[in-house]
Amino acid sequence: MNIVACVKQVPDTEAQIKVKGDGSGIEEGGIKWVMNPYDEFGVEEALKLKEKFGGEVTIVSMGPARTMETIRTALAMGAEKGIQIDDPALYNADAYATAEALAAAIKGVPYDIIFCGQRSIDDDSAQVGSILAEILGIPQVTFATKLEIDGTAVKATRPIEGAAVVVATSLPCVITATKGLNEPRYASLPGIMKAKKKPVDIKKAADLGVSGASKSKVAKFTPPPARPPGKILCADDTPEGKAAELAKLLREEAKVI
Amino acid sequence: MAKGVWIVAEQRDGALRKVSFELASTARKLADKLGEEVGAVLCGSGVEAMAAELAKYGVDKVYVADNAALEPYTTDAHATAVAKIVKENDPAILFLGASAQGKDLSASLVGKLATGMATDCTDVKIADGKLCAIRPMYAGKCFGEILIDTFPQMASLRPNVFPIVECAKAGEVVKFDAGLDASALKTKVAEILKEAAGKIDVAEANIIVSGGRGMKGPENYAMLEELAGLLGAAVGASRAAVDAGWRPQADQVGQTGKVVSPNLYIACGISGAIQHLAGMSSSKYIVAINKDAEAPIFARADYGIVDDLFKVVPALTQEVKKLLA
Repeated sequence: MNIVACVKQVPDTEAQIKVKGDGSGIEEGGIKWVMNPYDEFGVEEALKLKEKFGGEVTIVSMGPARTMETIRTALAMGAEKGIQIDDPALYNADAYATAEALAAAIKGVPYDIIFCGQRSIDDDSAQVGSILAEILGIPQVTFATKLEIDGTAVKATRPIEGAAVVVATSLPCVITATKGLNEPRYASLPGIMKAKKKPVDIKKAADLGVSGASKSKVAKFTPPPARPPGKILCADDTPEGKAAELAKLLREEAKVI
Repeated sequence: MAKGVWIVAEQRDGALRKVSFELASTARKLADKLGEEVGAVLCGSGVEAMAAELAKYGVDKVYVADNAALEPYTTDAHATAVAKIVKENDPAILFLGASAQGKDLSASLVGKLATGMATDCTDVKIADGKLCAIRPMYAGKCFGEILIDTFPQMASLRPNVFPIVECAKAGEVVKFDAGLDASALKTKVAEILKEAAGKIDVAEANIIVSGGRGMKGPENYAMLEELAGLLGAAVGASRAAVDAGWRPQADQVGQTGKVVSPNLYIACGISGAIQHLAGMSSSKYIVAINKDAEAPIFARADYGIVDDLFKVVPALTQEVKKLLA
């Protein structure tokens, strides 16, 4: 089975995000970069399928030079090879331009199934996997928490509000992974050593025949609105007294209960 | 020239979902500013009667595709139908709900329509005749103002954030052929696994009572369930509680879970890791109950109680019972 897993390098979840003074982006200094957590579920599922059915896992990622570190992490987990799309023309790519570049890179690789994270935790756009499927003209199941493959038949479970839907489709397809799909493995020390020698192709926009032109842009970044200072309730020092004060405030001041 | 503000109405099990009215009301407001019409796309089987309900919230025309293949929802059938009618009519703006279904459908539509979309917006406005969509990024650690150069300018709107405003319009029904070719549909629903009836999803809740590591174990969530039951609230959980296996993943609030904006968020035994704060800081009111006065959650709370949650929560439950009696 030929498997592709798309990954993105993002700021760690514990990173503080500071907006640049001119609102043109975020300050990248001091940020710890990691593999997008939802992409880790995709890589893990790819490796599990390879272990079950044989074949190869190709990692595809788009981003600046530092992205290589994330590709190496996926190779250390057990993937065979990587493709890095690194072109300044694509550094501010929106979801569509990103999917277009990924699709162009993936077209050069044999694939039966493609994994993406359901969203990246930086842009939070939750679009790339779906657009990729549309460009490649193959079916998709998003937000998968369970995946079963039998021959070319695919069953994937996706949670919706108050229920879970089991969707049946067939290979080749795109699956976007969410928490619950599996427990991503850690790279082993021998895995890390081996990963250094695994091949990674670096592609420019021109190699892929894409312009990098986006359909949408972030015109301005702003910090979140400041919250007014809150109050610590202490009119009465007992838990009961504090609870009574809270209930009163929620009803009479906040008017939310 | 693209014209009109359109929505994709969301229905399930024979009823429109609340987010559909939020979409219609928001579309009406923007369409009035532009002097244009509001269109709604409604797909399913036996759904035509729902058109009148959409009219109450400002929809001028309801484009209805009634086809057995549109029930239950699948990505490819719905995206094919919506893309077809949108291409035929060329609306300037297209809104969907950032619900489970809306997120899935909207992303597929972006691919089919080759356009741009702002996901999970918390505000939308018209600036210089164009859509300006405001959305949290990095789970709310910062916000972005999104402009889209192509049509339709798409945005998915976060459920429960946009007000529902009644504004009766004609709601003229325009039936259209979904253009579905059964052999081209590659996905189908094999099974729907329903959760316990009455469970409210954190992404759709007006009130969330959430518990973290300070709950000490899964058995103690019963007290949060009781309080939530009285308030009509959903029970949420921090990543620590989910990773410990105490609560289901669907309940996780934060950067690697659901990003929520309820009217009231009650954080019990949650210290306030950055990734959790990001996921709930846009709540209207935040209450923190934690025995550690230094916990970062207190910096975001409107009302803080520094005390033992195992005493405060039952006392609060009693107070709420009195208020509701």
